[in-house]
Amino acid sequence: MDVLVCLKRVPLAGGTLILTPDSRDIETKHLGFGISPHEENAVEAGVQLVEQMGGTLTLLTLGPSDAEEQLRSQLAIGATRAVLIETDGQEWDPQGTAAALVDAINAEETKFDLIIFGAESADSAGYQIHIRVAHALNRPIVTNVKSMKIENGVASCERVVTTGREHYEAPLPAIVTVRDGLNIPRYPSVPGRMQARKKIVDMKKAEPRVPKLEKVTLALAPSKDKGAEILGKGAEAVPALVDVLKQIGAF
Amino acid sequence: MILVLIDHDRGVIDPLSLRALTAARKLGQDIEAAVIGSDGAGLVAIAGEYGAKVLHVAAHSAITDYTPMASGRALKDLVEKLKPAAVIAAGSPRGNEQLAHLAAFLDIPMAAECSEITLGNPHHVLRARWAGNLIESANVHSDLLVATVLSFSIESESVNGSPASIVEFSPNLEPADSVVKILSRDSGESKGGVTLSDAKVIVSGGRGVGGPDGFGNLEELAALLEGTVGCSRVVTSSGWRPHAEQVGQTGTKVAPDLYIAAGISGAMQHIAGMKNSKTIVVINTDPEAPILRYADYAIIGDLHQVIPALTSAIRQAKG
Ligand SMILES: Cc1cc2nc3c(=O)[nH]c(=O)nc-3n(C[C@H](O)[C@H](O)[C@H](O)COP(=O)(O)OP(=O)(O)OC[C@H]3O[C@@H](n4cnc5c(N)ncnc54)[C@H](O)[C@@H]3O)c2cc1C
Ligand SMILES: Nc1ncnc2c1ncn2[C@@H]1O[C@H](COP(=O)(O)O)[C@@H](O)[C@H]1O
Repeated sequence: MDVLVCLKRVPLAGGTLILTPDSRDIETKHLGFGISPHEENAVEAGVQLVEQMGGTLTLLTLGPSDAEEQLRSQLAIGATRAVLIETDGQEWDPQGTAAALVDAINAEETKFDLIIFGAESADSAGYQIHIRVAHALNRPIVTNVKSMKIENGVASCERVVTTGREHYEAPLPAIVTVRDGLNIPRYPSVPGRMQARKKIVDMKKAEPRVPKLEKVTLALAPSKDKGAEILGKGAEAVPALVDVLKQIGAF
Repeated sequence: MILVLIDHDRGVIDPLSLRALTAARKLGQDIEAAVIGSDGAGLVAIAGEYGAKVLHVAAHSAITDYTPMASGRALKDLVEKLKPAAVIAAGSPRGNEQLAHLAAFLDIPMAAECSEITLGNPHHVLRARWAGNLIESANVHSDLLVATVLSFSIESESVNGSPASIVEFSPNLEPADSVVKILSRDSGESKGGVTLSDAKVIVSGGRGVGGPDGFGNLEELAALLEGTVGCSRVVTSSGWRPHAEQVGQTGTKVAPDLYIAAGISGAMQHIAGMKNSKTIVVINTDPEAPILRYADYAIIGDLHQVIPALTSAIRQAKG
């Protein structure tokens, strides 16, 4: 079983966001980088499949050369090798990104049985790169998968909706997009990290295209401090909270 | 003309589609709507009520349930026939998915989760990034605009229109279009108890709870308030609680009457999932925790002391 996972380097912003002076990007001077939780689950799923069935797990990203850091940390949990399509650091639009990923996938010797994506990227959340890749490669795609089994050449997938679970199947070779909660991603071990340093990361270049979904500027969504009423410290404040809960009819 | 996809589950409308219809009306053109699958034909009255003049029904023997690629193909056929200025759908998982298939078939851009749309050359949108914490201003270079509507950016408004007229058509599906579809369903893990998305009260715990055992106290309080337990991502990725309880960007979005956040710092990805709760109570040792900005009431202190004290005080008050 040969598996490919596509992932994207994103800043790990948790608290208040700050924009660059030209308002085109998030100021990342004081931020670490990572990948989306969905994509962590995608890599973990790939590692588990290769552990169970043998084969290889390849990682693919389009991003700045610094994205090697995200590839190495995912190689450390068990991926076989990685491919980095290097950009000048500008984010590419979904069509341009998908086209470059497709070219890189077609250039691989391995014909991947399964390609796994995150359900949406953490930062731009376009909900589409995987579907564009599926069309270009003529493969079936199941999105938003929360539980998956591979049996007899078929990916058997579940998607969670408000009313319960929906069951889909796709014959391999296929594409699935996965959601946080699919599994619990493991942490890299020390030997895993050592091995990852020696694994191959192929660097590639691609021609940028004129973006058709053209980012002009970013703005912070308005949010105002609700001005919490501090009821007090520790257990002493509990009676005041009980009064509040009574007032709002919580019991 | 603007074409709006009305999404439905075996004939039952997704109410977010009504918001998409409302957003589409603001573009100042005639509205026509599309449903995929003949069991959507019953939505003709509501489509008209929300402003659609015509309801196009894609009927095909291969479409018996949700079949996203076939939806994309059917919409492509409609676009080629009707030449609308835009195709709009709800910013739901299904809305985003079906329009992404349309955009992929036509190899044109798609703008997901838009809070504002202006038609032009190029078209212009405001769209949500980072779970709505950032708003992107973007130009869309394409004759046809394909866009989904950020659901909480608009409420649905009826225009009390008369029922739409029905036009049935048969999309030119290829075999590959219907390979992936819903094969079966089940009711999931719901144990008959209160689920996160319906709960009126959520007692939510974060890293500050310290481990799986600490959640016993939260469960007790939640049960007393006839609510349920929620948690942050640190908690699920540590395996302390099941993912079904995670609140936030990659978990469940909730809006209960009362949300108690204990030992949760308030990362924007968590806030994105609970900020619309009616009353937010925070229990945190850190008076500077970012979650305080979203709180109505707060106790600064150790949740391991505050929660048991709260539980027994409520028990007493209840008598
Ligand atoms: C793309 C993306 C998506 C994400 N999606 C989600 C999501 O859906 N949901 C989500 O929750 N997170 C999500 N995250 C993770 C998020 O950024 C934070 O890492 C996470 O929410 C932090 O969880 P926490 O508040 O429990 O932990 P921490 O940030 O570590 O906060 C712990 C808090 O507990 C307090 N505390 C400690 N001890 C006590 C005590 N004894 N009593 C009271 N208070 C105490 C501390 O003061 C602190 O404020 C996502 C991240 C990314 C990048
Ligand atoms: N630059 C990128 N390189 C590789 N994969 C990507 C990139 N951007 C997005 N993806 C993948 O496509 C998925 C969907 O992205 P999006 O369409 O932006 O929501 C992500 O979860 C990733 O798996």
